[in-house]
Order: sequence, then structure tokens, then C-alpha cells
Amino acid sequence: MFDFFSSVFTTHFVRAAVIKGIPLLYGATGEIITEKSGHLNLGIPGIMYMGAIGGLLGAYLYEKCGGMALLTGGNFVVPVAMVLAILGCILFSLFGGLIYSVLTITFRANQNVTGLALTTFGMGLANFLGGSVSKLTVAKVSIALTYTGKAFKLNIPFLSDKLGVFGEIFFSYGLMTYLAIAIALIAAYILKRTRVGLSLRAVGENPAAADAAGINVTKYKYTAILIGSVIAGMGGLAYVMEYIGGVWQNSVLGDTGWLAIALVIFVLWKPANAILGSLLFGALCVLFNYVNVGPAMQEIIKMLPYVVTVVILVISSLRKKRENQPPQALGLPYFREDR
Amino acid sequence: MSNNAETKKVKEPLIRIAARDPLPFWKSWGIRIIAFLLAFVVYVLVVYAFTELTPVETFKYIFKGAFGTTPKRLFGEITLWKTIRDIMLLFGVALALTPAFKMRYWNIGGEGQILIGGLMSIIIMRCVSPYIQDPWLIVVMAVCSALAGAIWSAIPGIFKATHNTNETLFTLMMNYIAIQLVAFINIVWEKKKGSGTLGMINADTQQGWLPQEFMSKIVGDDGYAFIVLFVVLIAVFMFFYMKRSKHGYEISVVGDSHNTARYAGISVKQVIIRTAAISGAICGFIGFLIVSGSSHTVSVDTANSRGFTAIIVAWLGKLNVFYMLLVSAMLVILNNGASELASKAGLNISLSDVLTGVVLFFILASELFVNYKLIFRHSKREEA
Repeated sequence: MFDFFSSVFTTHFVRAAVIKGIPLLYGATGEIITEKSGHLNLGIPGIMYMGAIGGLLGAYLYEKCGGMALLTGGNFVVPVAMVLAILGCILFSLFGGLIYSVLTITFRANQNVTGLALTTFGMGLANFLGGSVSKLTVAKVSIALTYTGKAFKLNIPFLSDKLGVFGEIFFSYGLMTYLAIAIALIAAYILKRTRVGLSLRAVGENPAAADAAGINVTKYKYTAILIGSVIAGMGGLAYVMEYIGGVWQNSVLGDTGWLAIALVIFVLWKPANAILGSLLFGALCVLFNYVNVGPAMQEIIKMLPYVVTVVILVISSLRKKRENQPPQALGLPYFREDR
Repeated sequence: MSNNAETKKVKEPLIRIAARDPLPFWKSWGIRIIAFLLAFVVYVLVVYAFTELTPVETFKYIFKGAFGTTPKRLFGEITLWKTIRDIMLLFGVALALTPAFKMRYWNIGGEGQILIGGLMSIIIMRCVSPYIQDPWLIVVMAVCSALAGAIWSAIPGIFKATHNTNETLFTLMMNYIAIQLVAFINIVWEKKKGSGTLGMINADTQQGWLPQEFMSKIVGDDGYAFIVLFVVLIAVFMFFYMKRSKHGYEISVVGDSHNTARYAGISVKQVIIRTAAISGAICGFIGFLIVSGSSHTVSVDTANSRGFTAIIVAWLGKLNVFYMLLVSAMLVILNNGASELASKAGLNISLSDVLTGVVLFFILASELFVNYKLIFRHSKREEA
């Protein structure tokens, strides 16, 4: 038994779990903020794809399409590449979020249908651009950004290598990892401890009451969805940069987006819990590499995050603790005139 | 008095939106057709931006991709039959979702229910075919697939009915559990070691295959007459089930208001579970149709996102049998056509998803103008 634990729970395993879990943390934080405004955004998987391809394209323009010569005199400058990647990511995921919010808030379209259409669109857009970029740009090469990929993996020099196992587990990651944790903590603080957070939760629980209390429901919904989309899009960027290393592959994210939505339920709509939850989900996702059970059982292990989520969903509805429920108006449209 | 002055200072918004009475048929469909045409303008522009194909060429390739090259032999054409098969399968799943949606029960687990049905068919094809011969084998497969789908869908249904567990999230998760189960079976029974695929089951005996010779005089050798036939039967059944049966009435009452249903003596729990099961059963049956009538194998791509796309179909088709058929046809034709476009231009095939997305966004947005009226500031007609 001890052998089993010592062979599975290596520092390598923990690192793999963190790197796999961070995109989920972004996705889940973004979706939590969105859901707190009462909108179930099933377009998150598509938005994560859009963020991923947007970031890759931003860096691609710099690394492969002459951006390097134009901006930094032919040398590869790490911060410039990263800023361009993040800008591209924000731009694309904002576009995704804008489509969703305009359609569901202003045009009053159904949330589930719009979200699913957005996922089709976002995945398609990413696969299309990622797969056709060598045809469409002057560079004539596919997306394989070794420099930018490495830049996103740069870690804190002293802390990561001088502190032994401790440093390896806590300080050996790129910028996106720490950013994710910071964003989750800030989101938790804002949702729970500030007036803005209180108003946002009110909008998600009972928009009519919030409206009567003088809260601008539309503004809150737009802001929450757009911010949530950008955060989720960063998850796509973290995935392709830190996990994959700056290379585009067809449908590269797999079911990361849906796992992020599962994580939201698993952590009961609390961003701070999502930090540990994403670590657990990441561990469940990479576990099959570390246990010797044969390829068939690996597929069963990959099922675990979803099974665990279902169990949590059922238990929380059985216990009916009010603070553990989904926002009450989740998925319901709000039109002032309907009352 | 000062209060009055203050209220006057509040600026009237430029546009107000108010619900309106149902529009006459021609007006509401006029709006939708205008939206579709606008979407197509964007569609053609996007295609032109990426491929430099003119609109006429675009239409030519869409037509070719969806209907094939030799219109004279219309019914012998493989491409056409694949398109018809895809339309009917998508339509079938949308029909399956209809009762659930009518009840305001978001079954977004169609994907998983199709897969479980398909998986059940494969299991029976593989394990039972030595003991039972063909017509009965197919019957057993169909029944068991429907049952498997029903059970897969009833699980979230039961929890929704008894504990009000969020069915959107539950059914979504069930999809991925089903996908992993299929991946598991694909490795356990893999045809060649390491391939991770089953290959066609019973390729030599063709036991458990819906016979392709059926009506081949009319539809040609590559037809999928059985799939068309069964989906049409489901459509007829669903039409009468929703419009003429007691169950259909109960479903619509529960959908409108649980309390009203309870006052009327309807057991809400029973209706929810029963409807979820029926919805899943039809999805499972579609899984059987895909496996037995077309692919003869099962993989994680067997459902091919039909469970998700069908949600869009059901919604845009307003749960109306005829509209849903129309929307299915539109989506499949656009998709197959755009795939042809993309491959012609040497671009990634996912161009079709982008273009489909554009069309969907426009149609979704157009519903605002069907259901609501916009009232502009200083508008004279607003008193109406």
C-alpha cells in the first residue's frame, strides 16, 4: 500500500496535476462569476478555445510573422511576447463573451441554446484558424511557438531550484499559474466581502428584487459575463502555453471546458474552493499516467471527475443547505416587463 | 412638486422593449427569413474573406457538398443519402428532446443517451448474435438500446423529481460518463491491439445490421431507407403524443406550472420521471439506428454532437415537428456544404462550424423581433 502511494504521489505527479488543473481553475472562476449573475454560460468551452487561439495568434504574429523584427529589432523579448499573447487571448475571449451577453441579455435569447451555439462556434473558429493559419498568413508555417511556449514556462529563478522539493512543488510554474490563483482569491473576496459582490449575487438570486433595490441589473450582467469570459479565455491560453508548450493541435483542449463547468458545481460556486478543487480535478485527470492499471481502466479513471461532480450535485441537493445551492435565478431570463 | 420635477429629469431610454401579441404567421416567418438572409450575407462575406470564392461559387459548392454531383441520378447518390441520413438522425434526436423541453426540463444529455443506446446495441450484437438470429436480434437490440437510454435519462429525472437536483448540470455530466464508458469498451474489445477502435461488428455475417437492400430499388444501394422510415414513425408518434394524448397534456401543464398541475391532480414527480425516460428512450433508439443502420460500430464520435445540436434544433423549431425537420435540414445542408467549401479551398474543415455558428446567432437574435416590439422614444404608435 505504501508502495502505491510513494509511486503515485511524486513531485512529478503534483506538478502535472497543478499544470493540468490551472486551466480548469480559470474556466471555473470565470464561470462562477458568470453564474453568479444568473447566466449559465455553456459557451465557456468555446470561449476557452477562442482564448487559446487568440493567445497563440498574438504570439504567432510576434514570433513568426515579422513582429519580432518590427517591435524589438529581431530579438525575442519575453515580456513583449507574453503581453501580445495575453492581449490576443483577451480580445478573442471578449468577443466570445460579447456574442453571448448581447444575445442573452439584450436580444433575450435562450441561455442554453446560445451557449451551445457559442461552443460550436468557438471550437470551430479555433480549429479553423489553428488549422488554416499556414494558408492564411505570410509565414506559411503552422503554430509551433517554441520561444513563447518557453517564456510561459519561465519560473521564479531562485525559489524554484534552491529549495528542493518544496520549491519544486510550489515555485516551479509559469506566470499563468500564480495569476490564476490570484484571480480566484480576488474573485472570492469581491463576491463575498464587497458591496459589488453582494449586488452581483443579488442579481443572480433574485433579479427583480435587485432591480427594485436600484441595482442596474443589465450592467451587472454584462460586466460579470464579460469579465468571466476573459478569465475563462485565459484558461485556454494557460493550457496551450504552459501545458502544451505553444503548439496548436486540432481540438487541443479536449473536454477541458466541460470539466471547468463540472468544477463549478464541485466547489459549490466558491472561487476560493476552486483552487483546491482544480488541483484535485487535475490530479484525477493525470492519475492514469501514474497508476499501472492498463489502458482500459485509464478510461474509467478519466470518468472520475464527472462521477464525483454528479455525487456532489446530488448530495448538495439532498442536504438543501441554502449557501450550497446554485444561484436561484440561474438560467432564467429576466425581463422587467414580465412581472 | 419637487418629486415631479425629478421624475421628469429621468431620461427616457431611446428604445424600450415590450412583449407583443403573437404575430401573424407570415410576419413572424418574414422576420426569420430576413434574419436568415442577413446571416447569409455575412456567411458569403466570411467565405469570400478566407477563400475568395464568389457567392455563386459558394452556393455551387454548398449544393455539391450537400446533394452530390450527379443530380440526374438523384436517388442513387451517396452524398445525398448521407445528407438525408444526417438530417433524419438530427431530427430524431430533436424529437426525443421535445417532450422534455415542453415540460421545461433541460435534457442536455442527448449525447450520452445516444451513446449508451449505441453501446447497448454493440454489446448485444457482439454477445448475443450467436444465439439469436437476425430479425429478432435487431428487435432485441432496438428494445435494449431504448431501455438503456431511458435508464440513463431517468437517473437525473428521478433526482429532479424527488430532490429538485439541477437537471441541466446533471444530464451534462452524464454525457461525459457515457463517453468514457464507450472509450472503455473500445479498448476492452479493441479489434487490433493498441488501435482503440472496435471496427465493424459482425462484418462477415452482417447479423444485427439493418438490411441495406430494403427499398434499394427506389433509393439505390447506398440508401438509408430504414433510418428515414423509423424517424418518420417517431415523428408521427411524437406529433400525436404531444397533441392528442393525456400524457402530452400533462407534460404541457407541468411545464407551465407545477402548482397548477398539482391542483389538477397530476402527479408531478411521475410525469417528470416518465417524460425524462421517454426522452432518453428515443435518444437510445437513435443510437441503435446509428449503429445498426449506418456505422455498425460505436466510438466516442458516434453521437457526433447531435445531442447538443438537437437542442438548438428543438429550440429554433419551437418544438413543432415540421419546423424542427426544416431546421435540421438547414443545419445539416449548411454543415455538409461548408465542409465541401473548406476542403475545396484547402482550409480546415471546421470552417463549417464557424459558418453554422454565424447563422445560428442571427436566427437567435431575430427571435427578439418576433416576440417583442421595440418602442422608440417619441414614437407616435406607442399608445396602441
